Amino acid sequence: MSDLGHVLVLAGGLSYEREVSLRSGRRVSEVLRGAGISVETRDTDASLVPSVLADPPDAVFVTLHGGAGEDGAIRTVLELLSVPYVGAGPDACRVAYDKPTAKTVVRSFGLRTPESVTLPKETFHDLGASAVLARIVERLGLPLFVKPSRGGSALGASIVRNAEDLPAAMVGCFAYGDTALIERCIDGVEVAVSVVDLGNGPVALPPVEIVPDEGMYDYAARYTAGHTEFFAPARLSPEVSAACAEMAVTAHTALGLRDISRTDLIVDADGLPHFLEVNVAPGMTETSSLPMAVEAAGDDLGTLCRILLEQAAARGA
Amino acid sequence: MPQDKDHGQAIAPTQGSRIDAYVDRYAARATGMVASEIRALFSVASRPEVVSLAGGMPYVTALPLDVVGELVADLVARRGPVALQYGSGQGDPHLREQICDVMRLEGIEANADDVVVTVGSQQALDLITRIFIDPGDVVLAEGPSYVGALGTFSAYQANVIHIAMDSEGIVPESLAQTIYALKSAGNRIKFLYTIPTFQNPAGVTLNAARRQQVLEICQRADVLIVEDNPYGMLGFDGEPMRTLRADNAEGVVYLGSFSKTLAPGFRVGWALAPHAVREKLVLAMESAVLSHSSFTQLAVGQYLATQPWREQIKTFRELYRERRDTMLTSLEALMPAGVTWTRPAGGFFVWATLPEGLDSKALLPRAVSERVAFVPGTGFFADGGGARNMRLSYCYPEPDRIREGVRRLAGVIEQELRVRDTFGTGSSPDRIGVDTPGPDLA
Repeated sequence: MSDLGHVLVLAGGLSYEREVSLRSGRRVSEVLRGAGISVETRDTDASLVPSVLADPPDAVFVTLHGGAGEDGAIRTVLELLSVPYVGAGPDACRVAYDKPTAKTVVRSFGLRTPESVTLPKETFHDLGASAVLARIVERLGLPLFVKPSRGGSALGASIVRNAEDLPAAMVGCFAYGDTALIERCIDGVEVAVSVVDLGNGPVALPPVEIVPDEGMYDYAARYTAGHTEFFAPARLSPEVSAACAEMAVTAHTALGLRDISRTDLIVDADGLPHFLEVNVAPGMTETSSLPMAVEAAGDDLGTLCRILLEQAAARGA
Repeated sequence: MPQDKDHGQAIAPTQGSRIDAYVDRYAARATGMVASEIRALFSVASRPEVVSLAGGMPYVTALPLDVVGELVADLVARRGPVALQYGSGQGDPHLREQICDVMRLEGIEANADDVVVTVGSQQALDLITRIFIDPGDVVLAEGPSYVGALGTFSAYQANVIHIAMDSEGIVPESLAQTIYALKSAGNRIKFLYTIPTFQNPAGVTLNAARRQQVLEICQRADVLIVEDNPYGMLGFDGEPMRTLRADNAEGVVYLGSFSKTLAPGFRVGWALAPHAVREKLVLAMESAVLSHSSFTQLAVGQYLATQPWREQIKTFRELYRERRDTMLTSLEALMPAGVTWTRPAGGFFVWATLPEGLDSKALLPRAVSERVAFVPGTGFFADGGGARNMRLSYCYPEPDRIREGVRRLAGVIEQELRVRDTFGTGSSPDRIGVDTPGPDLA
């Protein structure tokens, strides 16, 4: 039996990924209850601080995706409240959540990541979009992957195969954020590698290969069961699989992450993995890859979540 | 747990998992039922921090809820064994008589035998579509049209063709030309679906002269009219408009509802149909749900019999008029140049049109960030139209919230204009289809 008396799962929030977060929260709460833990699931609103102060949980599982859930804000508040929680601390979150910064950090640790350009909306406005976009295409070539510098679930992201489609992709991107990350798009196998640290250092779970029906792993492909085929473990050679695992563990360590993370990468035609981004609050929905990786490893999601919470509680605030 | 295993040696499955074991077995009509980022954004819109100009929810708080509570308790105490039992497929006979009294206020003389009580008028729409539509059959509808109707038509694989409308409702010439062109091409037109009064989403009303023209065109072309009239009693000026059904008993199926004049929670609507159609609707109703809830039918009947419901409708009208006025004056004061909108004389909605090059769907995430929500126009078209439009509801938020919501929205549009000017384009709509909020917001 667990020593955990009262666990709080945070889900919802006000980010664009609220709906996904609610699903993740439901799943985590369910598996924790299955593991015999007493769970309270709640949204983040003005009643959070007083209620946590009145009845402090033993530990918190943050399943808030996007915005405050991943940029370090909610974790800062949990630290102010002296409440232990699962996952990386605020400073590491801030770095990891900003995709261009995360790319810079992992590159300095020797990881391969697609060449990219990061520019705020204002730059295009002030300097003239067409001239700047033309230089980007000249520098990075086509196709390009355009996405907001912060955020998740592929919201505002698109693949650009023709230069004339780039302005519309930029507008779609700036709908979700004020800074765009424009990456050289690498054709290859899309892979997600989850990393967990149960006290003996970060370990990669089996890589999950993602094959969306319609080419792009967009919001619909992510959250409509049946629209994407997942292979867990991925159909990779042992060497490539090990390289993916190593990349995810290195990214986890390089970014100073803790407990749990998921690295999204792409394996090119030569079998080389390229780092795309890392998630500090990985999706836990029925169609998310971390739970699939746990299952592929022969483990139980409820047990994993319980151990992470116990670890957090033992670590303290 | 993981550190004890060597996962690199795990054997990859030859066949992947699709999470959904039934993925290859769904009917073709389920193809469009996918997760949508727009729907996900509405999840944020439900939070109190967000001013939602998206929802079409009646302001039921204006009802005398204590009275409704007593009425329901009294119903169970006095007529519990009837109220909690199955009822007839056609609906409670007494309520059908009362419905005829309600319809008389809009010029309709009807026999209670021709009324079928349904689960909101939405179910009436479903039943009508079920008995008339084979896949590929044509349904004519205003462009834009009610999202719930488009969803139903899509579920039955109808081919929806939009008819142009302007500030006076359907354009008769467009209707006549479209019917002619479709028939000439060998299409089967099953019916015209229209909301002539205080239309959802456009807020416009078909004027009296055009009503006669629409009736004549459809009669001449032998096209059935399905007249949906949930807002007809909620006009801000004068008496209710005369309905299409009032002037043609055989060529019009009329749909009514207590969702806006009383409360949607009762889920009581109805269809008034020519005799032969009504017979089929009853059979379709029985196969769908056996019978409507006796409990809510009797509760509505008791409300109509014992409460001053006409006065309550006046209360709703005044409340919605104030909110409409607030929205229009706020739009006038705050919206950037180039944004236009309709001026509804009743109902719940204003239909706004954005300047060239803006896409309301692309604008929604930024709007949600600024804590205001609306419904993008594409949800109200079956053919991808409406990219520059948005539906703004004034029925639910308090006037000061409406003003604040319009202020926030105006700021978002200003920002989007700047993005358009920077890139010389809007983003392109990615998917055609019904991409709108759930029922509490529809």
